[in-house]
Amino acid sequence: MSSAFHHALKIEEEVCTGCTHCIQACPTEALRVKGGKARLIAERCVDCGECMRVCPVNAIKVEEDDFTKILDFEHRVAIVPSVFIGQFARNIATRKIYSGMLEEGFTHVYEAEHGSGILIDLINKYLADHPGTRPVISSFCPAIVRLIQVRFPSLVGNLMPFKAPLDLAAISFRKKLTEQEIPEKNVGVFYITPCAAKIAAVKSPVGEETSPFNGVINMNTLYSKVFSVIKREEKSFCIVPEKEQLLPEEMEWTLTGGEARHIHGRCLSIDGISNAIEFLERLENGTLGNFDFLEMRACDKSCAGGILSSTNRFLVSERLHKRAEQYYIDKGNGKIFNNKTITLYKDYVIANASLHDIEPRSIMKLDEDMVLAMKKMQKIQKIKGYLPGIDCAACGAPGCRALAEDVVQGRARTSDCVFVAIKVKGGETMSQVAEYTEEIWGRNRFKNMLPE
Amino acid sequence: MKEMKFEYLIEGGDFIRAGHASSDIKKILNQLNLDPAIVRRIAVSMYEAEVNVVAHAFRGVMKVNINPERILVLVEDEGPGIPDIAQAMQEGYSTASDKVREMGFGAGMGLSNMKKNTDILDIHSAINRGTVVKMTTFTKSGAS
Repeated sequence: MSSAFHHALKIEEEVCTGCTHCIQACPTEALRVKGGKARLIAERCVDCGECMRVCPVNAIKVEEDDFTKILDFEHRVAIVPSVFIGQFARNIATRKIYSGMLEEGFTHVYEAEHGSGILIDLINKYLADHPGTRPVISSFCPAIVRLIQVRFPSLVGNLMPFKAPLDLAAISFRKKLTEQEIPEKNVGVFYITPCAAKIAAVKSPVGEETSPFNGVINMNTLYSKVFSVIKREEKSFCIVPEKEQLLPEEMEWTLTGGEARHIHGRCLSIDGISNAIEFLERLENGTLGNFDFLEMRACDKSCAGGILSSTNRFLVSERLHKRAEQYYIDKGNGKIFNNKTITLYKDYVIANASLHDIEPRSIMKLDEDMVLAMKKMQKIQKIKGYLPGIDCAACGAPGCRALAEDVVQGRARTSDCVFVAIKVKGGETMSQVAEYTEEIWGRNRFKNMLPE
Repeated sequence: MKEMKFEYLIEGGDFIRAGHASSDIKKILNQLNLDPAIVRRIAVSMYEAEVNVVAHAFRGVMKVNINPERILVLVEDEGPGIPDIAQAMQEGYSTASDKVREMGFGAGMGLSNMKKNTDILDIHSAINRGTVVKMTTFTKSGAS
C-alpha cells in the first residue's frame, strides 16, 4: 500500500561523494547531506529521478529486479513501452528488436500501449459524466501522481481514476494466457521500465491493491542485452514476425501530447517536472482559465526522456513519430493485420481499469495539530531571520528555509549553518565549528585542506 | 502565539502581481495542515478579491488573520466603491473597463465566486471612497 513509500531510487553510499547537486535539484526537498553522504527522506520522495539526472558520480541507482528472475516462470511476458523501440536506430526493424527480446529469454513480447485505445474512451466518458470535475488531470505518470499527493493535496480529486495503459496491457495478456489453461503461477509478467517512478508504481501502487506485474526490468539493462544479441547474431538469428501491431496513436501515447490530442474539450500537455509544478501552483491558486484535461509528465519529452532511456530523447521521439508514419504506408500496402488481443478482452479490461481514491499525503504540514503548526511556523520565521539567505546548501539542506524547518522539526541545528556557527556563536572556537561541518560533510572531506 | 497576521499591499492596475497574496497564504495554510479543500476555497476567494482591487481601485491592502478557528481576510481599498452591492453580486454583472476585459478579467464572476468560496462574506462600500470586504472561513467544515 501507498503508506509504505517504496522507492526505486537508491543512493550508493560508497559512490556518493556528498556534493549538493541532488539536494538542490529535488523538487520536493527530499534529500539532505549527513555524514558526508546524501540521505533520502522517504515520505517526501516522488521517484521522479531528477537527482539521478544531476548526480555527477552516478551514485544514484534504480532498484530493479534481477534479470534472471524472469526464469522463475515458464511463461515470461515482457510488457514493453514503445520508447524501448525508440532506443534503437531506425535501420533496426521492430521485428528484430522483438526477436532479440525472445532470444534473451522472454516467451512473449507485448507492447504496453495496447491498452491506450480503451483508455481514450474511458477518459472521454469520464469527462462527459463528471462535468463538475475540471480540469481532470491524467494519472498516467506515477511521478506526477505522487507529486500531487505530497505537494498539491487539494488536487488529488482531479486525478483521473484509471490505471495506465501498461497495466491494462498486462491485465489483458495475463487473462489471455490463463484462458489457455496455463496456471497463474507459471505466468511471469514483467514491465520494461524507462523510469524510476514506474518501478515505484509497480512495487507500491497508488489507488490499487496489487500490481499486475511480477517484476520490473530496467530498460537500459535490456537495451544493452538486446542490442548486443542483434549485433552478435545479425546473420544467424531467426526473426520472428510481429504478431500484433500498435496503432499509430498508441505508438505516440507516451510522447508529449500523446494523451491530450485524443481527449475532447480544452486540453494541455505539460512535460518536465518544473513546468508541471508551475502549472499545478497556478491551478491550485485558481489563476488559470478553464481546462477540461491536463496531460502531465515529469520528464522533458515525456517517456522519451525517462531516466533509464539511453538514447537522446529527441531521437527517441523522432523514431516513434516515423514509426507511426510508417504504419500508414504499410496499411496502404496491405501489410497491416490487426487482430488485437486486448479488444477480445475489452469488457474484462474495462471492469479492471479503475483506480480507488488517491489519498493526499501532504509533506508541507508542519504538524497535525494546527496550533502546534502555527508555533512551528513562527519559530521557522524567526530562525530564517538569522540565516544568511544565500541557499548555499553547506548545511546539508537545500536552502536556508529548509534548514530552518529542519531545525524546528528536530532534524538539524541552527549551528549547522557555517555562517551562524562562525558569526553568531562567537563563543565557540573555530575547531568546534570545524567539527560541526565535519558532522555534515564527513571526516575525510577537509583532510586535504592545508593550513596557510 | 494564538494568532498569525499577514499584510499585503495591492496596487491598482498591476495585473502582473495579482495573485501574489493568495499564493503566499495558500502555502502558509498548507503548512498549518488546514483541510486542502478549505485551503483551495480561501485561495480562490482571495485571488478574486485581489483582482477586484487591481481592476477597479487605486490601491488596497489585504490583511489576513489566522487563528485555529477561522481565517479572516480583510480587503480595504481606495477606489470608486460599489453603488449597488446586490446587483454586483449577480453572476455576469461587471463594470470592468474594456481594457480590463481585454486582459481576460471582468467576467462578472468575482463577487459571486467570493461568496461561493467563503463562509461569511461582508461588503461595505462608500461611493468615491472605497470598499471593505471581509471574508471569514472556518477551519472545520460545518463549524459556525
